[in-house]
Amino acid sequence: MLMDFVFAFIIGGVICTIGQLILSYTRITSARLLVLFVVLGVALTALGLYEPIVQLGGAGATVPLTGFGYALANGAIEAVEEDGIMGALTGGIKNTAAGIGAAILFGYLAAIIFKPHTK
Amino acid sequence: MKITSDQSKRYQAVVNETMPKSNVLAQVLKAFLVGGIICCIGEGINKIGVLLLDMDEKTISGFVSVVMIFLGALLTGIGVYDKIGNFAGAGSIVPITGFANSIVAPAMEHKVEGFVLGVGAQLFSLAGPVLVYGTIASIVVGVIAFFVR
Amino acid sequence: MGHRKIGKQTITFTNSPRVVAAGTVVGHFEEQGALSGHFDKVITDDKWGEKSFELCERKMYENAVCIAIEKAGKTTQDVDVLLGGDLLNQIISAGYAARSLELPFLGLYGACSTIIEASLVGSILVDSECANSVACAASSHFSTAERQFRMPLELGTQPTPTAQRTVTGAGCLLISKDSDNTSKATQPECFENVYITQATIGRVVDLGITDGNNMGAAMAPAAADTLLMHLEDTGHSVNDYDLIVTGDLGTFGSKMFYMLCEEKGVSVADLHLDCGTTIYLPSQKVVCGASGCGCASVVLGSYLLKRIEAGDIKKIFMMATGALMSPVAGLQGETIPGIAHGIVLERRA
Repeated sequence: MLMDFVFAFIIGGVICTIGQLILSYTRITSARLLVLFVVLGVALTALGLYEPIVQLGGAGATVPLTGFGYALANGAIEAVEEDGIMGALTGGIKNTAAGIGAAILFGYLAAIIFKPHTK
Repeated sequence: MKITSDQSKRYQAVVNETMPKSNVLAQVLKAFLVGGIICCIGEGINKIGVLLLDMDEKTISGFVSVVMIFLGALLTGIGVYDKIGNFAGAGSIVPITGFANSIVAPAMEHKVEGFVLGVGAQLFSLAGPVLVYGTIASIVVGVIAFFVR
Repeated sequence: MGHRKIGKQTITFTNSPRVVAAGTVVGHFEEQGALSGHFDKVITDDKWGEKSFELCERKMYENAVCIAIEKAGKTTQDVDVLLGGDLLNQIISAGYAARSLELPFLGLYGACSTIIEASLVGSILVDSECANSVACAASSHFSTAERQFRMPLELGTQPTPTAQRTVTGAGCLLISKDSDNTSKATQPECFENVYITQATIGRVVDLGITDGNNMGAAMAPAAADTLLMHLEDTGHSVNDYDLIVTGDLGTFGSKMFYMLCEEKGVSVADLHLDCGTTIYLPSQKVVCGASGCGCASVVLGSYLLKRIEAGDIKKIFMMATGALMSPVAGLQGETIPGIAHGIVLERRA
């Protein structure tokens, strides 16, 4: 149980560190970094390389945006096995629907309720 | 005015050489620390789902995302997430809470332009590309999986 | 009339346009800075009771103009033209302020160089007797500029090591013909002895900087170009001035400015003051200093003009530097062009 947290901390920390190195050493902006990480997550999952990281790191691998890519890719692959070619279109979004739905709902509510402030 | 490319190349070289640099080691340590902590919170939510709410593995990953996105949106709304981000850099950008931050931040700022073209359109001004490229990549992977299975 | 144009880009005014008053309005972060207590008005919160940051900036603009007019003991009826702009698309702060001030209006955009661009054009109008009194104003607001040029306020990102903070502030200079009867006897807060004697119109200079967070480096070549051209046109040396002022080069941009001047044999570091490194305190952690239309406007209006009036400095070359970029041009891969306009401010008893 404790080790789950230790591995989540380390794997999550390492993934964020890679992101930080990209931000520090290149001129890639945060918006582009998010796109890069989600696509990277999809690609690594497709190649079978991300599954072992998830097994080891748990939330450390699924909470970073690469984990969002992992869920997208897994969804597409599983849906193709069940529904054929249509699954390629539906699988990714289906598997991440809870997150996307939450992002729209909570994002909307937070935007309506709160106001931005000058730093 | 016309500037010979020689002159501008030389200037850019001097600028790149002499401009103040960020302390990458400190940035990386902060990113590691905060990123690790955020993922541990995710792990804790996961454990709550498994042990207390008796969720199965399929439901639990969605549950973690939903709670993390809620936290990210809330912390952005109350003006805390930008301070975390100022300290942690990628440590709070890369986790899914950072995705929520990138949804709320532009939307709340554009509220004064109305609820449809202000909030509605701006919700995904930064996060939209993530969904676009993530979804396209997953479709490509699905199609490849269809042909090679 | 005589010849006013000298050299390539410089104008010598023969009828001595006079800065009779200035008005400044700033945000509370600026009031906490190094020039605390110098400003005419400090806004109560970041929206100043308005619905949006943009409306707040407009109100600051209006107020700066009104304060300057009031200090000179005039009314808007006495002002022939309002000149100026701000950083927002279609310079809406200035345009809408002009609507409510009901003044004839010439909108100008020179990014952060706008206040000097406006003073320069205003001086020409006064000098050529096309106007008796002109109001020259520019403004910026941290929160409107972030949204216009950078990222949403609440987005959690780190500042880069060359970042500069946009000043929340508006400044207005009221320039009148020499024979104007505004005097300290009736208007204690006016200026009696500050004259604009020369002006140098800057060229757009671009040495290929692309980083929107490194504006100082993008604008330094323009500042150096304008200063060197001014010296060449007038035959002056930098030592003829008590101060060479730049608008918002910041610490790193200033360093590049010294280097570029040094290359042409002009040593400027000892005489240089940058408004961007003057307005904040080191404890405010603004990385490389300040930027924005408001920066040069409020430092000039609330601090430098008072020093000239007091006689503690007698002659300065005041440049404001602007980066003529836009997010669209940046996304299309364009580099950041810089511009700097300069005016000579002189004390005459």
